[in-house]
Amino acid sequence: MSFFKRSKYLENEIDEMLDAISEGIIVFEAGVTSYFDGDMGAFNSKIASIDELESKVDQLRRNIENDLYQHSLIPEHRGDVLGLLESIDEVINTAKETLYQFEVERPFFYKDIVKNFKQLVNCSSKAAESLVIATRAFFRDVRTVKDHLYKVYHYEKEADLISHKLKHRVFQNDKYELAQKMHLRYFALHIDSIADISETVADKLSIYAIKRLI
Amino acid sequence: MILFFLASGLFLGWSLGANDAANVFGTAVGSRMIRFTTAAIIASIFVIIGAVAGGAGAAHTLGALGSVNALAGSFMVALAAAFTVYTMTRFSLPVSTSQAVVGAIIGWNFFSGAATDSDTLTKIVLTWVLCPVLAAIFSVILYYLTRVILAKIKIHLLRQDFYTRWGLLLVGAFGSYSLGANNIANVMGVFVPAIHFEPISLFGILTLSGAQQLFLVGGIAIAVGIYTYSHNVMKTVGSGLFKLSPETALIVVLAQALVLFLFSSQHLEAWLLAHSLPAIPLVPVSSSQAVVGGIIGIGIAKGGRNIQFDKLGRIASGWVTTPLIAGIIAFVGLFFLQNVFTQEVSKKMTYTFTPELISHLQQENIDISPMGELLDREFSRSGYLQKLIKNKGLFSDDEIAKIIAAAKNCRLTLAQSRFANLDTSWFSPTQFVAIQELADSSYTYLWQLHDALVLHSQEWAFKEKNKLNKLYNSDILDKLDYLKNNFGN
Repeated sequence: MSFFKRSKYLENEIDEMLDAISEGIIVFEAGVTSYFDGDMGAFNSKIASIDELESKVDQLRRNIENDLYQHSLIPEHRGDVLGLLESIDEVINTAKETLYQFEVERPFFYKDIVKNFKQLVNCSSKAAESLVIATRAFFRDVRTVKDHLYKVYHYEKEADLISHKLKHRVFQNDKYELAQKMHLRYFALHIDSIADISETVADKLSIYAIKRLI
Repeated sequence: MILFFLASGLFLGWSLGANDAANVFGTAVGSRMIRFTTAAIIASIFVIIGAVAGGAGAAHTLGALGSVNALAGSFMVALAAAFTVYTMTRFSLPVSTSQAVVGAIIGWNFFSGAATDSDTLTKIVLTWVLCPVLAAIFSVILYYLTRVILAKIKIHLLRQDFYTRWGLLLVGAFGSYSLGANNIANVMGVFVPAIHFEPISLFGILTLSGAQQLFLVGGIAIAVGIYTYSHNVMKTVGSGLFKLSPETALIVVLAQALVLFLFSSQHLEAWLLAHSLPAIPLVPVSSSQAVVGGIIGIGIAKGGRNIQFDKLGRIASGWVTTPLIAGIIAFVGLFFLQNVFTQEVSKKMTYTFTPELISHLQQENIDISPMGELLDREFSRSGYLQKLIKNKGLFSDDEIAKIIAAAKNCRLTLAQSRFANLDTSWFSPTQFVAIQELADSSYTYLWQLHDALVLHSQEWAFKEKNKLNKLYNSDILDKLDYLKNNFGN
């Protein structure tokens, strides 16, 4: 394969990986929503989808790592790119883990807090989606990375706030047993962790972006 | 014997290849964008092409500063320069081959009593200052241009990497060409007046003049230096001294290559003159200082945070110390070579003032009749003569240079037997007929030969002295010089 073709091939692989992560986040949001709505058929199909997407992302990441090293491409930014791809892979891993926790632990929600949980899922997903867009910008239009990262930070803060309020509501509600309260707190934490991971990756990305500016 | 004396020039070429190729490809190899073998092959090929095809311009300027006319003298000048470069590099002092060579030539001028052309010297020293400044300006402009372009085209990181690699290769080739064209004068310039090879024809397509053959040998020496020794220097430049990203490295190398090209391209000079623009002096400059200038330019463009002012100070001090040390070494070395090893380090030149000369100078509007003490005397040191005329205070520096050049005896006879040695392809048919018509005539001064040639063919006449005709006139002068070397007694 010629040098130019190899570069193009790798470009496509990186794009494909980011597409899969993006899709994974949408699947995650749809899966959790199906669970809240009690549509277990749809929920199970989302679990199968995210499983597939996560394996695809892992495979693509390994290929990209191999190619970058084997053909000593982007020597200046190779470390940063590999670090970035590995960290962003964590986002889809966590989303998959969380969906599996729903499947295994089957948490019980009263209707009054479902809305808050849906809001939390939405905010976490938006933080992760903004991170994927920022990552794409890192590769193609590094000057706009900051604009997207700003959104990641915004949604992460929002998610923290919602999760905090949610925990208050759960613990002050006597309808729940203590065990249930603790169970729901863990689910709020799991969902919020997607936004937290997005924020951690965003911090790294903002440094990588400065390094990439000539 | 020629080979032995040439060895010091080859040593200088080797050290130039080992050190200066790193300025062109160091960052690319150090940052692993280009493999060393690829860099070495490209650098070697283009250094040789640059030396042979474009080396003449800067070599002329060194020739004008001091024409080292004996082989042993050239040997010592090159050796003094090489020794200075080698020693200063050992002590990690910034050093430029160009500056060492100029110092060594002035050392020879002092030793042999030849006059140093102060105009040429001023031109050379100004160029040294101008070189890093110009490189900095180029790199600032290129930096902003690259930033704007990259922001506009929104190219993928991987594709940017691909284009940067190709850019580094192309700019590296251009940089190597410019390095060869500009710096071959340092390596072989001092041998040009002393060694006369016959022109050779390559497969009937290309004719290499004597000077070009010397430049080819020097270019090969530089290439050997690149292969054998530059790898380590490249790694140091690429990873230690200057931490540049591949993109900024590309800008710095391009700025450096442009500066070296500006100071060596006769075509560019011709183009500038043809468009009534000020011409750039063709002078050998330091590629290392151009690179440092380029890096400082990047620093300025990035907001002036990374400028190393101590490095600037060290460069400026090098402008004085390097030529001084090389000059002293050359002077002492020439003394030993002449008095201990009894080698001829400079050909004896004589200057006489005859009535013919006085009337010739009068035609040029220079009246030396008030200097009656010059008549019927023979001078052997142009430096002394220069001082003598200067003390009278009647003539400008330019006029003094003209008087000395005209008074120089060349004593040549256009012997039939030596016509076979001439490279006839260089002359126009009518020019050559004029030479043939003068067969077996003898001349004391070179201008007498020129006057005689003009009488036979107007194609030998100088054109009106202006910027446009500068190159045409210097070609006539080169041809006269060639005839002098071929027919000199």
